Amino acid sequence: MNFHRIQRLLGTGLSAIFLVGCASQEPEYTGPSEPIEESFVEEQTAEPVGPRVESGKLVVSSSDSMGISETLGGIFLFDFDQAVVRRSGHAELDKHASALSGDRYLRARLEGHADERGTREYNLALGERRANAVRAYLVAQGASNSQIEVISYGEEKPFNTMHNESGWAQNRRVEIVYR
Amino acid sequence: MVKKSVLRILLVFVSSSFFTNTLAELRIEITQGLDNATKIAIVPFVWKGKRMPPVKIDEIVSADLTISGRFEAIDQAQMLSYPEEESQVFVRDWRMLGVEYLVFGRIEPDGVMVKLNFEMFDIAKGTTVLSQSILGLPNELRDMAHYVSDQVYKEVTGTEGAFSTEIMYVTVEENADSRLFSLNIADSDGRNVRQILESDEPLLSATWSPDGRFVSYVSFEREGRPAIYLHELKSNNRQVLTSFSGLNGAPAFSPDGKKIALVLSKDGNPDIYIMELQSRKLRRVTRHYGIDTEPSWSADGESIIFTSNRGGQPQIYQLRLEDFQIQRLTFEGDYNAKASLLRDGSALVMVHRREGVFHIAMLDLRNGRLNVLTETSLDESPSVAPNGSLVIYATQYRGEGILATVSVDGLLKFRLPSSSGDVREPAWSPKTKKSFNPLD
Repeated sequence: MNFHRIQRLLGTGLSAIFLVGCASQEPEYTGPSEPIEESFVEEQTAEPVGPRVESGKLVVSSSDSMGISETLGGIFLFDFDQAVVRRSGHAELDKHASALSGDRYLRARLEGHADERGTREYNLALGERRANAVRAYLVAQGASNSQIEVISYGEEKPFNTMHNESGWAQNRRVEIVYR
Repeated sequence: MVKKSVLRILLVFVSSSFFTNTLAELRIEITQGLDNATKIAIVPFVWKGKRMPPVKIDEIVSADLTISGRFEAIDQAQMLSYPEEESQVFVRDWRMLGVEYLVFGRIEPDGVMVKLNFEMFDIAKGTTVLSQSILGLPNELRDMAHYVSDQVYKEVTGTEGAFSTEIMYVTVEENADSRLFSLNIADSDGRNVRQILESDEPLLSATWSPDGRFVSYVSFEREGRPAIYLHELKSNNRQVLTSFSGLNGAPAFSPDGKKIALVLSKDGNPDIYIMELQSRKLRRVTRHYGIDTEPSWSADGESIIFTSNRGGQPQIYQLRLEDFQIQRLTFEGDYNAKASLLRDGSALVMVHRREGVFHIAMLDLRNGRLNVLTETSLDESPSVAPNGSLVIYATQYRGEGILATVSVDGLLKFRLPSSSGDVREPAWSPKTKKSFNPLD
């Protein structure tokens, strides 16, 4: 079996792994509005039916044009010692809420996080407040409480390990992970 | 026959020490010592065994006293003689070196045990001020050395040492796409590291039972969800105490060891509960829509100190268990958290934010004076030594998490960097690891 055959067999699957590998090593934070895998997902999608879960993320058919699917941004940021969902995140959260209310079998875990400043247990409590705030928003927009699990990791799982304001800003977050 | 068993014990000792060397040890560096440190000479101890000693007692004592910051142990190469008993001490030689105290000793086999004799000579007084013999197992030589350090420290400074204590802490190794958390216990000099638990999910808030037999901690090892564990150190048996939905955090043993205060959010938001360990019965003791967390007990077990943001920002409160009366204790600064009372109840040690920087501070409850003890930043998790005179905490140094200690008077400062990875969440053992009874 030569290399080309393997390549043909694995085909796009291999390139998908490559893409994802690049994405996870990319040090620069791209934010929820620009999902890295988007172009790849567009090529692969044949006919979008309801939402589907890909490595914890939710892929839905786009609202504006038929046949195009979109991976929803799963990270929402917060201010220091605050648990208020920023207005800039509302549009994306609305899409999550509508997907959840449209498919009652969807299950999401809201992972609350804090930056490293302050004490660990207080930050666990703070991370939970943030995840609860996102849950309240989603439920208000039609999702069901039973679809959502909240877990706080406090400052234990930083997204960015830099010890500065830009690192901290990315770590004060809630991640929506689908299963 | 006796000889054989001694050999076997030594072999076990050597192999176990080989194993522990693979775990990251902590190295202690003095960042601020006393200007007028007491000059002391620890003479090489005489070893009467056949083989080379597995550890050198005098080197351990010398290192202990040096890293206490209160002593300057002179180099053995500078010494003009190595006295083995009082009659061999030439006071003039030692005066010339500026030495104030002299410690010498002898180790010899005694059946399957090892006997250690040590003496301390006061150069100014010209007499022996301390003379003891203790017996221990061959694998307890390190503990025996720390015992000697404690005795010397107490004789000279008049206060208890902390050399025979242990420190529990968490290390984190950051890999490309995973993290490895490890809960460890080391002797107070950073050596003799033993691993308690390893996990690729977070481990934190480890704390000791008052008798030092159990530890309790929060681990996310079960499907990434938090649970509070009770872990017996000797047997490594452990049990889940709570795994409710929401937070399961901040365990703290009551002073009598029969109860654990902890934090649960199962009823909506983080509140403090007390679990009776025998019956596992839970009692909710705070009830507020704000965050209540980080409970610690007063020495009499009648009240709980905790962090709450009920006033808008995290501050320290005291809850009297008798009538549930709550009193706010901190007013200076916009972030005070993770407080614990000194054993005599005179002061709080806590995390305090000043000008945006997190430090360890002490609040004197008698006069309300707040004293910031540290100059480092991102300081957290203070834990007080059983002698009440040192605080160990976690901080950042050159981009890595390390442990550091500071004396409660703020005069002595140390760093304890690890040979690898981040170190955090220190908890000082509540009592000495091993005590020896002096023979008559």
